[in-house]
Amino acid sequence: MSILDASSSGEHVADAAQPRRGVQRLLAGNAVLVFAFLYLPILVLIVLSFNDNRIVGVWTEPSLRWYRDLVQDDAVIGALQNSLVVAAVSTVVSTILGTAAALSLERFRYRGQGFFDGLLYLPVIIPDVTMAVMMLLFFVQAFDLVAAAFGITPRLGLTSISLSHIAFNISFVAIVVRARLEGLDRSLEEAAADLYATNWQAFRRVTLPLIAPGVAGGALLALTLSLDDVVITSFVSGPGSTTLPVYVFGLVRRGVTPLINAVSVVMLVGSMVLVVASLLIQRQRAT
Amino acid sequence: MPTVTPPATTDDDATAPAPDAVRGGRGLEHAAERARARRGLLIGLPSLTYLVLLFAVPLGIVLVYSFATRSRTGRTILGEWSLDAYARLADGLVVEIFLRSLWLAVVATAVCLVIAYPFAYYLATRSPRVRGLLLVLVMIPFWSNFLVRTYAWRVLLGSDGPFLRLLESVGIGEMRLLFTPFAIVLGLVYGFLPFMILPLYASIERIDFSLVEAARDLYASGWQAFRRVTWPLSRPGVIAGSILVFIPSFGAYVTPEILGGSKTTMVGSYVVRQFLSSRDWPFGAAISFAILAVMLVAARLYFRSGGRNL
Repeated sequence: MSILDASSSGEHVADAAQPRRGVQRLLAGNAVLVFAFLYLPILVLIVLSFNDNRIVGVWTEPSLRWYRDLVQDDAVIGALQNSLVVAAVSTVVSTILGTAAALSLERFRYRGQGFFDGLLYLPVIIPDVTMAVMMLLFFVQAFDLVAAAFGITPRLGLTSISLSHIAFNISFVAIVVRARLEGLDRSLEEAAADLYATNWQAFRRVTLPLIAPGVAGGALLALTLSLDDVVITSFVSGPGSTTLPVYVFGLVRRGVTPLINAVSVVMLVGSMVLVVASLLIQRQRAT
Repeated sequence: MPTVTPPATTDDDATAPAPDAVRGGRGLEHAAERARARRGLLIGLPSLTYLVLLFAVPLGIVLVYSFATRSRTGRTILGEWSLDAYARLADGLVVEIFLRSLWLAVVATAVCLVIAYPFAYYLATRSPRVRGLLLVLVMIPFWSNFLVRTYAWRVLLGSDGPFLRLLESVGIGEMRLLFTPFAIVLGLVYGFLPFMILPLYASIERIDFSLVEAARDLYASGWQAFRRVTWPLSRPGVIAGSILVFIPSFGAYVTPEILGGSKTTMVGSYVVRQFLSSRDWPFGAAISFAILAVMLVAARLYFRSGGRNL
């Protein structure tokens, strides 16, 4: 992501930026508090998930019983599988479509770009609930049409969930890739053209490697948003096609149990591993 | 936006009528430009088609539904059109929910700004290597599952949770933290704080601090230098961060559901209720559109005040 790029290009900040000692210490103290604020709930959850006691707040002794229960819980495993399938499909498709959209808008000029541009920004500002309503009504109408035309009524399931996720992810991927494209030095691509590269060759050997970190960042964002989504998925999923966050959300509304803590920790660790892995890969590519 | 500039013509008297050869050459240029434009459109066409089909069309369907009527059994009758759903938006209850959501979103945004600005300033003024590391540390919770992070506060603030037990041990019992507006704002701040930190950081990091140095040379105090140089220069980041926090906070659903309970209804929960329990789809569609309208106004304000692309 471009923000990380900015940080590694820095010159040392002028001394004028450093305030007086007392203020300096306040700022540092504030920073520590913010980090504590960000990480405390996560750490508490992790600790509590190893608690043997059924009552969440009372610490008895460390145990793995909730994780053992978790592994044997078919509903959770099923929901996890659904989440992974939907996330994989929607990430791949939206990354391809989003990158294409970014290239089309940044490297070319044609009429109708303004409309495309505006349409691309809407999914970002639209709230989850509105999008959920949109998708539900769309599928209801679409299913009616298909039933009228072909006689069979499709049902809500993993397909409708994936299609909905792709719908909002395209924009997010496009934004990240466009930010990357904007910052690129076009002389490299022009140099490739001067050296008699065809458009496809120039794209494959110059542009694509240059935007690769942006594409990877966009893909990671799409993956995260898909795995995180609750509202949209719950509106367009059918019986048997629940995803993990929707399932956990249902559990939470019925009350806090230690099993949820264990599931949460698994989801947390999973997403953190993903992030760290992708950051490492990006650092490797950049060097 | 990068523009495609055609190569300049080399003839000296551009006013003289162009000889046929040059006119033919310009024709070739135009053909090449048109081919290039067509290629660009083709590359973007699959994405555009997808968005039109699965975004613009659904939006239109919601608009259509908002003018439909609800039968007594809760089914939607598309044939009979009315403005009933929109008239209900002026109801006292609905207005109250909208205002409450607006207020909570504004409070969450303000709290985020107050917490994030000193933090971002500190981050932006570290050495480059430390900056990178600290940024990664900020991003890791941000990328973790949103539902889980919100749920963590449900555990923390609950009656069995550590905070209340701490308060009890100090002697202040009988206080309820969960299912209050306080809990909702806390959850919103926790969830969206990184959205405020990152634009602020990006904006402050770009400031040319030699300007601050110049101000100090002109006998400005530290506070004056901040107020008149640093703060105005960081405004794009402030605005971007505020919008990025306000928009999801206003339409939030998961956070108020988990932390707010049924007493504090926000607009997101209200919409969902129309589809799950009340089965009043036209009304739900109308509210969804109203929420979108608020978002568009906010986004417009952002772009008006000179905000760059997100």
